Amino acid sequence: MKPIQSCNDLVIRFANVNGSGSASANNLFARAVFRLGLPVSPKNIFPSNIQGLPTWYEVRISEQGYLGRRGGVDMVVAMNGQTMHRDYAELQPGGYFVYDSSRQLPEEYERQDLVLIGLPLTNLCNEAFDNPRMRGLLKNIIYVGGLAYLLDMELEVLTAAVELQYRKKSQLIPPNLKALELGYDHARRHHQGRCLLTTRRRDDLIGDQILMDGNAATALGAIYGGATVVGWYPITPSTSVIEHFGRYAERFRREEGGGRLMAAIVQAEDELAALGIVIGAAWNGARAFTATSGPGISLMSEFLGLAYFAEIPVVLVNVQRAGPSTGMPTRTQQGDILACGYASHGDTKHLLLFPSTPAECFTMTARAFDLAERLQAPVIVMSDLDLGMNDQLSPPLNWDDDGRYDRGKVLDHDQLEALEEQWGRYRDVDGDGVGYRTFPGTHPSKGAYFTRGTSHDEYSKYSEESDTYLQNMERLVQKWETAKGLLPLPEERPAEEKAAIGLVCYGTTIFSAQEAVETLAREGLAIDVLVIKAFPFQQAVVDFIQGHEEVLVVEQNRDSQLRTLLLVECGLAPEQLTPVTSYDGLPIAARALVEQLRTLLASGQSTTTTVTQGGAA
Amino acid sequence: MTFFRPSFRHPQLPANQAGYYLRDYEGGISTLCAGCGHDSINGAIIQACYELSLEPHRIVKLSGIGCSSKSPAYLLSAAHGFNSVHGRMPSIVTGANMANRELLYLGISGDGDTASIGMGQFVHAVRRNLNMVYIVMNNGCYGLTKGQYSATADKGSVGKKGEPNLLESIDLCEIAIQLGAGFVGRSFSGDKQQLVPLLKAAMSHIGMAFIDVISPCVTFNNTPTSTKSYHWVREHSEATSTFDFVPFRQEITTDYENGSTEAVTLHDHSVIYLHKKDPEVAVTDRRQAVDALEEHKEEGLILTGVLYVDPESEDTHTILNTSERPLNSLEQAELCPGSAALKEINEELR
Repeated sequence: MKPIQSCNDLVIRFANVNGSGSASANNLFARAVFRLGLPVSPKNIFPSNIQGLPTWYEVRISEQGYLGRRGGVDMVVAMNGQTMHRDYAELQPGGYFVYDSSRQLPEEYERQDLVLIGLPLTNLCNEAFDNPRMRGLLKNIIYVGGLAYLLDMELEVLTAAVELQYRKKSQLIPPNLKALELGYDHARRHHQGRCLLTTRRRDDLIGDQILMDGNAATALGAIYGGATVVGWYPITPSTSVIEHFGRYAERFRREEGGGRLMAAIVQAEDELAALGIVIGAAWNGARAFTATSGPGISLMSEFLGLAYFAEIPVVLVNVQRAGPSTGMPTRTQQGDILACGYASHGDTKHLLLFPSTPAECFTMTARAFDLAERLQAPVIVMSDLDLGMNDQLSPPLNWDDDGRYDRGKVLDHDQLEALEEQWGRYRDVDGDGVGYRTFPGTHPSKGAYFTRGTSHDEYSKYSEESDTYLQNMERLVQKWETAKGLLPLPEERPAEEKAAIGLVCYGTTIFSAQEAVETLAREGLAIDVLVIKAFPFQQAVVDFIQGHEEVLVVEQNRDSQLRTLLLVECGLAPEQLTPVTSYDGLPIAARALVEQLRTLLASGQSTTTTVTQGGAA
Repeated sequence: MTFFRPSFRHPQLPANQAGYYLRDYEGGISTLCAGCGHDSINGAIIQACYELSLEPHRIVKLSGIGCSSKSPAYLLSAAHGFNSVHGRMPSIVTGANMANRELLYLGISGDGDTASIGMGQFVHAVRRNLNMVYIVMNNGCYGLTKGQYSATADKGSVGKKGEPNLLESIDLCEIAIQLGAGFVGRSFSGDKQQLVPLLKAAMSHIGMAFIDVISPCVTFNNTPTSTKSYHWVREHSEATSTFDFVPFRQEITTDYENGSTEAVTLHDHSVIYLHKKDPEVAVTDRRQAVDALEEHKEEGLILTGVLYVDPESEDTHTILNTSERPLNSLEQAELCPGSAALKEINEELR
């Protein structure tokens, strides 16, 4: 078997024990690749645990700019005894097995189709460093140094990355640099010419792009969108949205002099209260949001119904993880589409936004506040664990200083004073289904009303009259229609030649889907792509589906939830949409998707297809 | 009970210092049962707001679900109201208060709404020492669903259905004291003399002011064998002290004997003068306050009045060190860092 030979196009998997300090070393590696000007896509595959369980970090380098998970591993850095044999077994033929050769490999490691690269990490580390606590951490840096040589990386990029990473703890810089050099030198002396995977600096591929995780971008979007009140409850994988919000608030929201914070971040007792806090604040005129994940959505459903019916502009970020129930808390999925679209009892439906990149997390979250206030309704930003917690290559964040917050229809003191006819909170005077709000404390005698989750008339008075109830419910439908004109439109990515097949996707699925489509295009199969950005669906979505003979809906859940939503909301026949799903908890992989699409389209059968990804965790 | 309320008011009724008349604090006509204790409490709230010369539109009234939670509709028409969902009023108030710290938040709840479905939200709002007045209209039963016992029903108490309550009751005042409420009181809907000044003191306190008001349910829980009946409460309540509430700037005209009167000055400089039976018991001592409640309970007595005050307690905004300006008044220019800052952030991420 020939060793895999490739430049700037490879997948490396680091197999570690969680809590061993590997994350910062692996991160350092990914950042160095990024600084070489190469499109990089690191995915952290981690357990719901703090210390001692297996964790993997998969780095894809793709000169073509493919950012989805590829599938298959070209090189594994096997640092975890618990999973070592599995990591070994799952390497592709011709792959590279990098291991700690301080101990000899057991006999059962007898594959002939791999290149074994032993680095005596423990020995090197123990000889060079005295501090036992530091040794564990520096061992990780030694293998990064080794990789730098093996992959032909510029060592300066890594040394610069070390200096940046530890700029605030400068005493850590010398030992880390020493560890890098140890690994590099050892690999140079013992493994020269053995690794045919290489990297080469490119200055033309990533332009002005940034490397950022989606949750940080979401948090920053909330800062830029003017959020001042946050109610939240810790839950993986959404917690870091709030943590980042707190950090950005420290940076941008301290008052001059006094140092008081222009934001209130309240850690609630549960997700019910978290959304209650947001509702109370939004009702009282502050921009407010919360972030949660699946189980939190279940708890928040009650309050989402209230916000829908009492028409309160809340912003909710759902960083989706694998359900049902507690499910797999540290694995990704797009499994809450229906739960969020129709959250709560009775006839309710909610506005959803589907970001795919950190840049979209930023823009959509900031924009969500405008939409929520303009439409006086909850807006749910549907991120997921893959997008939220992994570093992503993304277009830079962009903000237009000339744009103004759209606070929607709010009557201030003077407008209330000038009112001649009787004001009604839920009167639709503009024909768009949206009434005018007032905030408590605005005017001594005008504009007070009683907000309620019970049926109410245009003046917010309690009513059990059927006609009044129907009129109100119909107005909410009118508002739903208004929303379609305000939400982001789907993005069409037409094939180069005329295509009879269409593919619909959204969120983090778009990267592997796009790669699969391009791969099939090279084989002569043209597929048009439609990236959905929001719910309710606009006419452009219907037109796209009607304009193709066959339409595939690719998503990361078992039950093809977006497809169901499309069928129901667009009045389509089931045979018009072919479901393609991948829901094993790992980000959908492009190679497996290509195989599935190829088989599916060759057979001409429109049956449910589930992408089987194979491979470790 | 639905009836027609005459709009006529005596022409010589006085306006308060803020220029408002008592009727300016009234609300819609009550639809509660005739004789319901809740209506008396509403009357006391209206009276307290009037006497304190509060501006009605600077008050926010919020509730959960249940008979008591309907109350905000029957008072303060000029104030914004929010009838939320069952047991969730405290979180709504938390958010509202975070958005605008300058208004007075009046949370009205019941024993089902607070001690059962809303227990989690109640205790955590108390822990935050949220600046609000939290009133529980406590009748020991669920009225709207026809008389099931609630978690505050006393063990052995027998309501209209005749079966005794078999479970231990929850004492919301004890919990509030233990969890850090700065002001805790208990009263009886039939004792307006005590309730009005108690409400006034609560409204002047900064931080969580919790008042449990025993409010008999005339329809389902006013039997002779119920410990939440008018008769029982009248016979078995004992006040910690009689007290006067003197708002800031009001002239103090009464002289008190030294030794029996304790003065507690609140944050806004108003003063509560407590004329105590037992001069040794300090209402500013948390442990003594809980002991007093338990001792009376052992004797089969309901202790009423001001149970505990800590005028120095810090409210949520102080704890979080938030801006002194209402957060809902901050403009885009202050909130949005702008494109220059974003450019820097992008640079840091390259």
